[in-house]
Amino acid sequence: MKFTLSWLKDHLDTDASLDQIVEALTMIGLEVEEVDTREAFKPFTIAKVLSAEKHPDADKLKVLSVDVGDGKPIQVVCGAPNAREGLIGAFAGAGTYVPGIDVTLSVGNIRGVESFGMMCSERELELSEDHDGIIDLPADAPVGTSFADYAGLNDPIIEIGITPNRPDALGVAGIARDLEAYGIGTVKPVAIAEPKGTFDNPISLTIEAPEFCPAFGLTYVKGVKNGPSPKWMQQRLKAIGLRPISALVDITNYVTFDLGRPLHVFDADKVMGNLVVRGAKDGEAFKGLDGKDYKLASSVYVIGDDNGAESLAGIMGGETSGCTDETVNVLVESALWDPMIIARTGRDMGINTDARYRFERGVDPAFMEAGLHHATNLVMELCGGEPSTSVITGKVPKPELVIDFPLSETKRLTGLEVSNERSIEILQSLGFGVSVAGDTIQVAVPSWRPDVFGKADLVEEIMRIYGIDKIQSTPLPSIGAISKRILTNDQTRRRNAKRGLASRGMLEAITWSFIAEDHAKLFGGGVPELKLANPISTDMSDMRPSLLPGLMLAAQRNADKGVGDVALFEVSHTFESDTPETQRSCAGGIRRGTAGLIGSGRDWAGAAGNVDVQLAKADALSVLEACGMNISNLQIVTDTPKWYHPGRSGRIQMGPKIVLGTFGEFHPMTLEALDVSGPICGFEIYLDAIPAPKAKATKTKPALVLSGLQAVKRDFSFVLDKSQEVAKLLRAANGADKKLITNVSVFDIFEGPSLGEDKKSVAIEVTLQPKDKTFTDEEIEAVSAKIIANVEKSTGGTLRG
Amino acid sequence: MSDLKQLEADILTAIETAADEAALETVRIESLGKKGSISLQMKTLGKMTPEERQVMGPALNSLKNSVGDAIASRKEVLKRAAIEERLKTEKVDITLPVRQSPSEAGRIHPISQVIDEITAIFSDMGFAIAEGPDVETDYYNFTALNFPEGHPAREMHDTFFFNEKEADENGVKVRNLLRTHTSPVQIRTMENQEPPIRIAIPGKTYRCDSDPTHTPMFHQLEGLVIDKAANIGNLKWVLEEFCKAFFEVDNINMRFRPSFFPFTEPSMEVDIQCDRSGNEVKFGEGDDWMEILGCGMLHPNVLRSGGLDPDVYQGFAWGIGIDRIAMLKYGMPDLRAFFDADARWLSHYGFRPLDVPTLFGGLSR
Repeated sequence: MKFTLSWLKDHLDTDASLDQIVEALTMIGLEVEEVDTREAFKPFTIAKVLSAEKHPDADKLKVLSVDVGDGKPIQVVCGAPNAREGLIGAFAGAGTYVPGIDVTLSVGNIRGVESFGMMCSERELELSEDHDGIIDLPADAPVGTSFADYAGLNDPIIEIGITPNRPDALGVAGIARDLEAYGIGTVKPVAIAEPKGTFDNPISLTIEAPEFCPAFGLTYVKGVKNGPSPKWMQQRLKAIGLRPISALVDITNYVTFDLGRPLHVFDADKVMGNLVVRGAKDGEAFKGLDGKDYKLASSVYVIGDDNGAESLAGIMGGETSGCTDETVNVLVESALWDPMIIARTGRDMGINTDARYRFERGVDPAFMEAGLHHATNLVMELCGGEPSTSVITGKVPKPELVIDFPLSETKRLTGLEVSNERSIEILQSLGFGVSVAGDTIQVAVPSWRPDVFGKADLVEEIMRIYGIDKIQSTPLPSIGAISKRILTNDQTRRRNAKRGLASRGMLEAITWSFIAEDHAKLFGGGVPELKLANPISTDMSDMRPSLLPGLMLAAQRNADKGVGDVALFEVSHTFESDTPETQRSCAGGIRRGTAGLIGSGRDWAGAAGNVDVQLAKADALSVLEACGMNISNLQIVTDTPKWYHPGRSGRIQMGPKIVLGTFGEFHPMTLEALDVSGPICGFEIYLDAIPAPKAKATKTKPALVLSGLQAVKRDFSFVLDKSQEVAKLLRAANGADKKLITNVSVFDIFEGPSLGEDKKSVAIEVTLQPKDKTFTDEEIEAVSAKIIANVEKSTGGTLRG
Repeated sequence: MSDLKQLEADILTAIETAADEAALETVRIESLGKKGSISLQMKTLGKMTPEERQVMGPALNSLKNSVGDAIASRKEVLKRAAIEERLKTEKVDITLPVRQSPSEAGRIHPISQVIDEITAIFSDMGFAIAEGPDVETDYYNFTALNFPEGHPAREMHDTFFFNEKEADENGVKVRNLLRTHTSPVQIRTMENQEPPIRIAIPGKTYRCDSDPTHTPMFHQLEGLVIDKAANIGNLKWVLEEFCKAFFEVDNINMRFRPSFFPFTEPSMEVDIQCDRSGNEVKFGEGDDWMEILGCGMLHPNVLRSGGLDPDVYQGFAWGIGIDRIAMLKYGMPDLRAFFDADARWLSHYGFRPLDVPTLFGGLSR
């Protein structure tokens, strides 16, 4: 909402400075977004061309002698076709900044003739797009005075952001009312007399859609003479960014911004028959004042005549019956429309107008009739003519909301101590009716405040006028104890997973929750429920079923920028469906190139190798450990989703039912479809699948038993089929004597022709811990024999000789 | 006797000149070994007369001891020399670079770090951290928060929708959405917890606009306090304390302005005073006001949605952009880069995994 300072002062008698007004507006909730003091226009002076000679060396240029009122003519070279002796226009001297062309003038030399300034066009002064010639003022324009003063360019423009709850401030008069309540000035009431109708309105209006149009006011004015509106009106409309069209149209725009009352004018001679407010016919044609052709839906409402739709009611008038310079008889409309239907229609049709903006927020119903009279008076004042009696169809609704308001409510919600008298004074100054009955008052809400429903709304009114800055900051009472644990299991896990993975040299990324459909499909998504109805682009159309595609693409983007060795992780959500309950908490990671645990790339102490499935496995397990899991009880199985390399990937589970995650290298087809290259591996852990830790009665750890006897280590090497899993061998070795064997580790894997095809050698080190006395050779032999027997039995391997 | 003296002199000379431990060992064997010169002399003692023996015995023993001591001390000297010699050959270039520790190379994303900072601050004020789903129903995102159907405020949210589902038994076609703010968690919390409530709600939010300063996904921090007395004075204090603690400054000037949000009444926007004249934003000085958050007292209808009587319970809420305060504090110039996963950006603006923000150790280095 824009307005100028002089416009505000039409409604508000005040000596307050611009700065004071701006500050006040912001502090009462009418946030000032911009103030244009129009300083840039100050240097321009009204000047008269004393002589205009042809430039000696250029056909299209003239050399002017310009009088700026001080009796010292200035020489100006000018190319405007209308430059001539006697012309009075706007002059800018050297050193002046010209806003329309973004240039600061200097003394020029144009083809050998010096030029000490310029005579400006309207475009150069941002008055219009006109650049065909220089400004040509009437003969009575006062030479030597400020052009800005003359042209109304000295009037500061204030732009405020109006929140959706304040339609009453969408007119300058409403803003003045708020300022008066705050103590800035006195409102000048707008006196509106009902015009004396001399004849009956020959055009009738019926309302077929009362759900949309509760009331409609219409006055016929005959014998008007349309033409340009007066200079003051044009200047104000231009200042707020509107294009003056003609007096009749400008009046409707002016009243919209002046009093917050949108209006429409029909050329009465172009209206065929009578008017009716009705639902549109499906597919009905309508040509708007914006010059566009619309095909209407049946959910839309129009004002129609015998010709068809003449106006998209409450939103935009129609071209067919619009007013032109030739209009002689005019119909002035002031009506009420259902805000919800206006909002829906405007949204569906994509039409934003000043009328829609106000009607969908709610205009003052009580002002409908007065608004009609005010507009009619303006028509007669500016265009002459003779009015009919005005006809009000329907019934203006009178919302009579009275709120029981305990005055203590302000202190309860804001902490402010406002006296009863001051509270009542504030409410009354804003137009609320107050009947006093002790500490609880009855407050009648004025017709222009559709946003006020209850006590809290009244508290806001008192607070913003009394002064929000008077509220004292008050400590929130302490909870009186040390905070208990404040994070949930899931929150702690996510936090640990992040810090854990970062400690493994990985970088935490945050990628979009939505990805391309094709990519989603590769990872088990792309289903209709996961599709956004209004995605921002096709790359962001589907909620991600996995963190991996986003991370893989990110890794590739880094590689494309020359960072090929990259380790990324993300701890966030994935989605199984479009319901709040089906989103999962995950940790995923990707390593590309040689981005391993020790770092990446070559180093004098040894180059980092390519990333692989085992690294991904280590990352995956580290997340589970960071989340407090004992990973020795987990199973690693080869049954993995289709996006992984079938021979180089694994699934981590706790029994067949609880799948904790997957890891591995990727299927070549996955990489190809994502257009991702290079050694790359990844993992995904489902944090929400990790069982909650059991509540323990005590935090005491089990007693530590340390043996004074030295552990004994024995090495074994077995030859087994390549297809045999080492995990099986380890289980068998461990199971040989659960009391004595405390650890089994793999220290070598060897494959070679000496072993035979499809064979591998696995070397293990077994740690035996004596309990109460040192082992005898026989005891060690017995355990060894059992280890060998167990392993050979379960794996079919043999002890390597 | 003079022979003995000569022998001693010869042996001691041999010891002193032994170049290494091996040569010394040879001297030892030649003197003290079974067939060594001293040992041979010792063997002659048995054939001597007692008188001779009384003279030669102690003399030989003394010779044996002095040779033994000389060998031991020579051995120590030679060992030291040998170690010195070896150490000279064992010198390496300690200026060679070593690999960086992975815990120094890894990074926590600024958003996660800032959420941890926020958690540290609010836990100190007795708040818990609450969260809710990214996918929401229309009810939780709008209706329960006092956004009437068709209200212009709904449109201001640029909502991402899912496709309409089949009509339910009441003929209503449900259409879920991505939450446009973290405020739905207010309702979810009220449904599950009795007042007093003090929660901070960090999380992802979504709006379908995208330009240099807006991304379709961003992060918000919601705060919610409900009890029987919490008022705007308390709200001011909480926000002032939060901003001071978060931005790690002693003073911060805040300006509260009346504004409008459907779910709060009265509603306010908050600006902080800052100096933006240089490359970085300085708080507590300068004459710029920068809008940083929206807040207000819970609208009576929102309390009712949560099953609370607005004449008994009251409270306040606020919402602030996590990405935005991260940018203000740490100086990232571009919001879009937060979601680009550029390793160079993450390494530069990210945080070390061991730099866990706490109040006792400081929020940041």
